[in-house]
Amino acid sequence: MSVMWAAESLQALSEQKELEDLPKDYPSSTSEDEGESNGERKHQKLLEAISSLDGKNRRKLAERSEASLKVSEFTVSSEGSGEKLVLSDLLEPVKTSSSLAIVKKQLHRVKSKKTVELPLNKEEVERIHREVAFNKTSHALSKWDPIVLKNRQAEQLVFPLRKEQSAFAPIEHVLSGWKGRTPLEREIFNLLHKNKQPVTDPLLTPMEKASLNAMSLEEAKVRRAELQRARALQSYYEAKARREKKIKSKKYHKVLKKGKAKKALKDFEKLRKVNPTAALEELEKLEKARMMERMNLKHQNSGKWAKSKAIMAKYDLEARQAMQEQLARNKELMQKLQVTSESEEEERSAEEEDDFVPDAINEVQMTADGPNPWMVRNHSGDAKEAEIQKDPEKLSEPMADKASESEEEERPVEEEEILLKEFEERRLFRKKSGLNQDTEPVGRQETKGSSTPEMLSELRTLSQKHNKKHQSRKQKVSSVKAVMLVQREGPAEEEDDPLLLQRPERAKTLEKLEELGKEGYFQNKELPRPALKEQQLERNPDNQPGAPKEKKRKEQMIDLQNILTTKSPSVKSLVVPTTIEVLEDEQERDQKQMIKEAFAGDDVIRDFLKEKREAMEASKPKDMDLTLPGWGEWGGLGLKPSAKKRRRFLIKAPEGLPRKDKALPNVIINEKRNIHAAAHQVRVLPYPFTHHQQFERTIQTPIGSTWNTQRAFQKLTTSKIVTKPGHIIKPIKAEDVGYRSSSRSDLSVIPRNPKRPTICHKKKQLKKNSKD
Amino acid sequence: METAPEASRDAPPKKDKFLAKKKKARRYWEEETTPTAAGVSLGPPRKKKRKRELRPQNTKNTHTPNKSHISKKPQVPKKRRERRNLEPQRSLSGAQDPFPGPAPVPVSVAQKFRRIDKSRKLPHAKSKTRSRLEVAETEEEEISVKAARSQLLLAEEPGFLEGEDGEDTAKILQADIVEAVDIASAAKHFDLNLRQFGPYRLNYSRTGRHLAFGGRRGHVAALDWVTKRLMCEINVMEAVRDIRFLHSEALLAVAQNRWLHIYDNQGIELHCIRRCDRVTRLEFLPFHFLLATASETGFLTYLDVSVGKIVAALNARAGRLSVMTQNPYNAVIHLGHSNGTVSLWSPAVKDPLAKILCHRGGVRAVAVDSTGTHMATSGLDHQLKIFDLRGTFQPLSTRTLPQGAGHLAFSQRGLLAAGMGDVVNIWAGQGKASPPSLEQTYLTHRLSGHVHGLQFCPFEDVLGVGHSGGVTSMLVPGAAEPNFDGLESNPYRSRKQRQEWEVKALLEKVPADLICLDPRALAEVDVISLEQEKKERIERLGYDPEAKAPFQPRPKQKGRSSTASLVKRKRKVMDEEHRDKVRQSLEQQLQKQEKAAKPMGVWPSALDRFVR
Repeated sequence: MSVMWAAESLQALSEQKELEDLPKDYPSSTSEDEGESNGERKHQKLLEAISSLDGKNRRKLAERSEASLKVSEFTVSSEGSGEKLVLSDLLEPVKTSSSLAIVKKQLHRVKSKKTVELPLNKEEVERIHREVAFNKTSHALSKWDPIVLKNRQAEQLVFPLRKEQSAFAPIEHVLSGWKGRTPLEREIFNLLHKNKQPVTDPLLTPMEKASLNAMSLEEAKVRRAELQRARALQSYYEAKARREKKIKSKKYHKVLKKGKAKKALKDFEKLRKVNPTAALEELEKLEKARMMERMNLKHQNSGKWAKSKAIMAKYDLEARQAMQEQLARNKELMQKLQVTSESEEEERSAEEEDDFVPDAINEVQMTADGPNPWMVRNHSGDAKEAEIQKDPEKLSEPMADKASESEEEERPVEEEEILLKEFEERRLFRKKSGLNQDTEPVGRQETKGSSTPEMLSELRTLSQKHNKKHQSRKQKVSSVKAVMLVQREGPAEEEDDPLLLQRPERAKTLEKLEELGKEGYFQNKELPRPALKEQQLERNPDNQPGAPKEKKRKEQMIDLQNILTTKSPSVKSLVVPTTIEVLEDEQERDQKQMIKEAFAGDDVIRDFLKEKREAMEASKPKDMDLTLPGWGEWGGLGLKPSAKKRRRFLIKAPEGLPRKDKALPNVIINEKRNIHAAAHQVRVLPYPFTHHQQFERTIQTPIGSTWNTQRAFQKLTTSKIVTKPGHIIKPIKAEDVGYRSSSRSDLSVIPRNPKRPTICHKKKQLKKNSKD
Repeated sequence: METAPEASRDAPPKKDKFLAKKKKARRYWEEETTPTAAGVSLGPPRKKKRKRELRPQNTKNTHTPNKSHISKKPQVPKKRRERRNLEPQRSLSGAQDPFPGPAPVPVSVAQKFRRIDKSRKLPHAKSKTRSRLEVAETEEEEISVKAARSQLLLAEEPGFLEGEDGEDTAKILQADIVEAVDIASAAKHFDLNLRQFGPYRLNYSRTGRHLAFGGRRGHVAALDWVTKRLMCEINVMEAVRDIRFLHSEALLAVAQNRWLHIYDNQGIELHCIRRCDRVTRLEFLPFHFLLATASETGFLTYLDVSVGKIVAALNARAGRLSVMTQNPYNAVIHLGHSNGTVSLWSPAVKDPLAKILCHRGGVRAVAVDSTGTHMATSGLDHQLKIFDLRGTFQPLSTRTLPQGAGHLAFSQRGLLAAGMGDVVNIWAGQGKASPPSLEQTYLTHRLSGHVHGLQFCPFEDVLGVGHSGGVTSMLVPGAAEPNFDGLESNPYRSRKQRQEWEVKALLEKVPADLICLDPRALAEVDVISLEQEKKERIERLGYDPEAKAPFQPRPKQKGRSSTASLVKRKRKVMDEEHRDKVRQSLEQQLQKQEKAAKPMGVWPSALDRFVR
């Protein structure tokens, strides 16, 4: 079709061109010379004469005598027909005349153009019609799909289909229509109406009614669509954010960070323009932070003064205090440094917090959380066990935190020596800080950090992960350097706890190994319980496969003899049967009887085992022996086919399922199938089920009234379809199921993919055309 | 007209119909009482505590268990209904229901009525199948909730005799108990002094209302033992081995010296069944209408009393049969033999379903509890054992008695009575399904003669003992089930009701073929014949219609689905499958090797390593 259309358009175009061409070719010939004077005509002739003088054979233009130039439909014009054929023309050698060329050209054009396509043959047209009709009807029918599905899945269908009962009228309506008949009723109603009291509390207040009426269906739909869109957008945004959060590329994050920094800078610039004072403050803060950073170096224990003090500290209380103070300051600054490293906004807020929150609060926090972890180490170092014993649980968490933190710091540094150095530094630092009891500023930040439960949990998980990762490394380290420790803390080491393992690493540089060994481990035993559990869990799968095997073996080890001859405690009854009371040599007789029974019992067991063996043999599938004696060898009386041959022709029966009584020595269970009961079992799986277990699950519940309450029984046995006798069951209509009306519903059911069929069709045609 | 904001629009039409129906049927007198309350049964006249469910005050709390219980499954309509119920419904007066919604149901109670074992993993199901499964599961849940709710109707609560601290309950005599209880209960303890006609066998009817006993010297009597009204008393002039009521108290089977006779409650002989000769023990399977007889000739015969046909006569091949009991759970007959084994029988199978070696000497008595989980046996080796019948058949507890128990009986609530000489010992457990603990006797009683028959009376805390001195009815607190099913076995039923019940019971008669060890196996698909049919079908068709179609590579975008690449893809999938197969077979081989390496049942010794 499109091709045809294209051809037509092409044609039209060419016509236009021709029309445009014409005036060029005959610039003045088509001039309207009606009503022109003779003079003019003469003048024209003269001009022509002059023009013919120059030798060029100027083409004579035909005078237009007819209404149209085109005679034929193929745009062959009859121009040049006015020319007279002169004799000299015939004499002259044949040459292309310009007028003929035009005709030729036109003819060529006509030839090159295609003919109008033949209409499709009937079959194809019909097929297309059918296809379209099918699509239409299937779309029209597809709206019934949910209803059909619903009806199929419905527990019960009631025919004839009734319309939904209109909702019950509100009680006021009923009451207002009702009139009292007896005088008493009338009187009461009068009273009620006089006061205009509502008979009940109204079901809907006027406001509610108004609100119900306020929104029309269209509006509601629009609104819903909007909401849906918003939700979708939100979900997209969330998904994007999640995706971005997951990106692990360092480069990406670097770029992101840079972008953020730039943005912050820009914001700052903007702020400067808008609000210079605020910007100034900002700047101040930034600068202050930088200053802090610089100052931080100063307060490291690396200064000359500090070193000298450190030497003195052992003996001089004042020096110790001074050291302590310096360390406290350092600690403070350290904290600020951490803040600066994150981002400006946070830093600001943190600083503000620092400004606002008085020290007292921090102190309280600290005491609530337990003693400062830094201090704790020192306490242990100073052998103050009593305090630790008081609250080991409280201790455990900050300890774990700290451990994880320290590990994180260690991680990048691989060499042990560097590690050692770090440890040494820290140890020194700790020692010194621990010298003084008054170290609350030191501990403040730490406790603050660990105070939030989320942080705690995060850190814990982190530490666990870390432990798993670095376990091997630690083990190596510990094995190399802490052999002594291992020997000392044998039992603890055997637990193979990551937290425990990590401890030697830290402790190995300490001179006071004994102290740590005694006290540090004492704490640890309580500390790493969750981790320990995990480890045990991890270890268990290795053990578990072993365990059931052992059990099985044990089960098989149940001995018949044991079962029957186990000494059982005898019952001492208050009332003893008279017969026994009468007997004097009761015990002797008892013994005799027992011996007798014991003899009998042996027999019993042997018989039973024999019987069981026979039963087992009988139930075993039999091997098939296909050997033909005498075939390929000598046969006859007393000659047996060779073992090789027998082996070759023995078809072993497949091993059946293990017997149910395999592990039960005192039981023989009949393995034969109960054919009579099997006749009552289901032997065909009904339709939607593919596995018998699925079907079995649906028939597990009994439906009889013996096992169910009356209601349940009724519900279970309701018929699938209920019809009303004497009523016509009409086919389902669109109105019945909630579609508006048939005509509208047809319109409203927009084909989900309306373009596809037509496109297919076009494609087909194109193919056909290309073939032609 | 405005419409109330009702959710009924969303509900399926069927529900509306039901509502309408209910509206019509409801009468004014039903407004107050809930329909379930109508069926409150009259409890037996016994002093028992009333079970009372305290409703939690907090409305939120009342719903949390229920909701969590229900919201396990994604079932939308139900939830919606729940929510609707949550809204306080306004009555005409405008008052709000302080406890909206249905009454709370304890999860543990509902769990008791669950039948679907969800711990078992199902193979992957298609969506259609899954929806069916979900429907089944929700149904089960609803039903279990309903059943749990109806537990409220079990008004009576069992209780045991409890000694004051340190006091042994076994020391409490019958006289003490009789003194302590009310007159009506005290009347249930009596002694029939019948020294003349030898040791007595006795049997209570299923409702627990009637008692029949037969003496060795031919004395047969049946009476309504509660009112002590004698129905009949005859002398059959022949040794009576056993006596048993058939499905109702109107029919009485008596195993006499030669043949089996059936009498009615007037004492008129209705039948003499000569095919059952020299019967020693009788058992009646009430749901199958089968009378099982064990004879001296070693035959176990099943007689269908509803049609009068012998269903099966099984040769036990173990000599004289004199110990028999039935498993009330699965209607399997347990026979005790002289070689110390107990064999389990079903009329559908010629051989015993199982054989359990229980004692070194012969088995003297067998009893199975009402839940079918425990079996008590006593043998000539003076031992009393309790076996677990749930698949393992292993002894749970064993005790040696001074003189072996000659008779055993389980009560409805799992009390075990053993008759030893002229003494009856009773052991109690924790509850219904728990085995009786043999540590301590619950009660003991000495009789005037040797015990010859024992049976707990259903729905009454009474143990009937037949002995050589007559019949004794002794009180055993906590023995019987306190609540009876009025439709099933109603002690107070009238003649008309009995007739109605008889018809219904006959209609619901279970075929004898269905007796098997695990009755729940009937709710399983017969996998063997299923496979067989599948195989036959494949043979018939020549191909497997359900087989996985061989992998056919899908044509891909242009340029990618050259023949070579198609073949390559095909090959890839094939190779993968092949590799899987090889892997599996290798694993199997490894397992086999391991098995072969370890000789079965031989404990590896530490000295094995030195064996060359």
